[in-house]
Amino acid sequence: MTQHDPVRRRFLLGGAALGAGALLAACTSNDSGDDNTNTQTQGGNNASPNANTAPGKKVTIGFSAPAADHGWIAAITSNAKAQAAEYSDVTFTTVEAGADAAAQRSALSTMISQKPDVIVLLPHDGKELNAFGLEAMKAGIPVVNLDRAFPDALAYRLQIKGDNYGMGVAAGNYIAEQMKAKGVSNPIIGEIAGIDNLELTQERSAGFKAALAAAGLTVANRRAAGFTVDTGQAEMSQLLQALPKMDALWNHDDDQGIGVLAAANQANRKEFLMVGGAGSKAAIEAIQADNSVLKCTVTYSPSMASSAISLARLIAQGKGMSDLVELQVPKEIILASETITKENASTYLPLGFS
Amino acid sequence: MTGLPAQTAPAVKEALGGGPEEKGGGGGSNGWWHSDAGEATRRNLGLIGVLAGLILIGIITQPELYGREGWWITNVWAILKLGATVGVVAVGMTFVIIGGGIDLSVGAIIALAGVWSTTVATQEMGTFFMILTALVVGVVVGLINGFLISYGRLVPFIATLAMLVAARGLAAQISNKQTQQTDNRTINAIAAEDFLGVPILVWILAVVVVLGWILLNRTTFGRRTVAIGGNVEAARLAGINVRLHTMMLYALAGLCCGIGAVMLTSIGTSAQAAMATNYELDAIAAVIIGGTLLSGGRGTIVGSLLGVVIFSTITNLFTLNALSTEVQNMVKGGIIVAAVLIQQFRFNSLSQFFKRNRITAAS
Repeated sequence: MTQHDPVRRRFLLGGAALGAGALLAACTSNDSGDDNTNTQTQGGNNASPNANTAPGKKVTIGFSAPAADHGWIAAITSNAKAQAAEYSDVTFTTVEAGADAAAQRSALSTMISQKPDVIVLLPHDGKELNAFGLEAMKAGIPVVNLDRAFPDALAYRLQIKGDNYGMGVAAGNYIAEQMKAKGVSNPIIGEIAGIDNLELTQERSAGFKAALAAAGLTVANRRAAGFTVDTGQAEMSQLLQALPKMDALWNHDDDQGIGVLAAANQANRKEFLMVGGAGSKAAIEAIQADNSVLKCTVTYSPSMASSAISLARLIAQGKGMSDLVELQVPKEIILASETITKENASTYLPLGFS
Repeated sequence: MTGLPAQTAPAVKEALGGGPEEKGGGGGSNGWWHSDAGEATRRNLGLIGVLAGLILIGIITQPELYGREGWWITNVWAILKLGATVGVVAVGMTFVIIGGGIDLSVGAIIALAGVWSTTVATQEMGTFFMILTALVVGVVVGLINGFLISYGRLVPFIATLAMLVAARGLAAQISNKQTQQTDNRTINAIAAEDFLGVPILVWILAVVVVLGWILLNRTTFGRRTVAIGGNVEAARLAGINVRLHTMMLYALAGLCCGIGAVMLTSIGTSAQAAMATNYELDAIAAVIIGGTLLSGGRGTIVGSLLGVVIFSTITNLFTLNALSTEVQNMVKGGIIVAAVLIQQFRFNSLSQFFKRNRITAAS
């Protein structure tokens, strides 16, 4: 029997713990080597310069968006930052939006006191931050609302957002068209939605339903996931059980689509065609490669943040959009939801977010 | 039902319940239908009844699907795979709750372990290192929880709540809020492949449940856990190192989360900071439905497993019938209450109830 030396044992344990710690700390790196920041910007240093991109009056743009919990919001913030960096005449300041609408509101009131030339914000909730919009506009600071609309038209100078209803319509139209082309008379269509409490999810589903109804089709089974990969996988795995044969599926969000695709692969199901939503880089690449059930995605692109920064700059400088006759930037811009298929995937790949 | 031979009853009890040391389950010729049958056994049989009822509803509402050749077995695997990750976490949670604690950070630990094990740097080091990272991160976070509770004298609720927030924050920091996909084939195969006709995920769940059952019922560690949860002071006076033991319980829960992280990463072929959201609630609900006392000192692994399976069967049932998530959540709440009520049901009290009514009716 060996004598246990407690000191030595503790030393060894401690050493092992330290070693493990050092080894683990080393593997938090996410640097894949290729320095690809993957943001979508326009003008300034790259692509076609025009009258509007020429340096003008120096302006300060204040920006606020909720802390990113998934890829799309993360892309919104990084796009805004990258677009601002394209312009030599823009000073970009951000405030943390905090955990909820109340926190964002208090963070933004400090921003008003700093008097930026224009504020760009993606509110936690358009209704809850409406009062802030009014306050800032009253203080003479134009507000650019990104994606989540204020109910009050006095609360913003510019509203730029995606088209959730149109996204559903685009997905529905594509599926209807494909089913007709394939000659499927009574197709079984599934839908994996996002979070049901959100207006955007309800709008997407309403658009999808309407477009299918126009072609005489209906959704056989609709599940709501939670915009995360694991919830997408869980809902899809059960949906596949409920529909032993499926012809088409629309999944509202490409990030949760990673899980939806994983569930299809795990169950060895390939008989249906899948349409995605949002337009992530991974989804566009998969559509281009054409080796999975994912054949199409309808966009809701975070590139809108880049456009919002460009337009905010023009508003602050008192310029209009050079292609339009008007001398000022319009008040509302709703981006069309575009349909990405194998044919045009290469065009859209630079706009895909990761 | 009444034809169950008396001598098989203890064996059934032992398999279903917490083992021979369960109160009142130790012997006697009385069957499980008597009120003095093992408490845990009766509870678990109640749960099996609920489960059978749910499956029956499935068969009645979807006879067409159940009639399909080979469909039902794929459905059984789908249900078990759906609950596999929560099931593994619930085993660790059962130990923590029996030991008188609670762990609110399990979902966050899964996210942290999942994200940490799928960074580009970790993935480059290969499958073995990815799994090791997930397990080590799980155990270390569990140890931190346990240390704060045992030696820092923090209330478990507060300590693990703080960890819930902090671990998700660190996970978001490491992943830079992006979804980290893994193209490691071995990892991805865990959720996709079968072994001897049974999905690997189900194997993992089975192995964890069996090991957990042995650890709880057949080792000193397990019996000490029950003792500490039952009465900390008595356990301390009996010479149990309560602090060290409590710390080990949280480390065990952390280990289960590490295993869960590997499973969930494989299931979604990726990890992200938002993964395993609300797993703490699912796991705690399953454990409590399984008959484990929230105040500690009593509980069974099998009960927790049944709790998890009941939840995933409900989700499956609602999807098969294309019912909305809102209704599903309402029914889930109802079933939690119903399951607990059914477990408290005693057959003897039923006859007493009738007797009493007859008397009142006569008088």
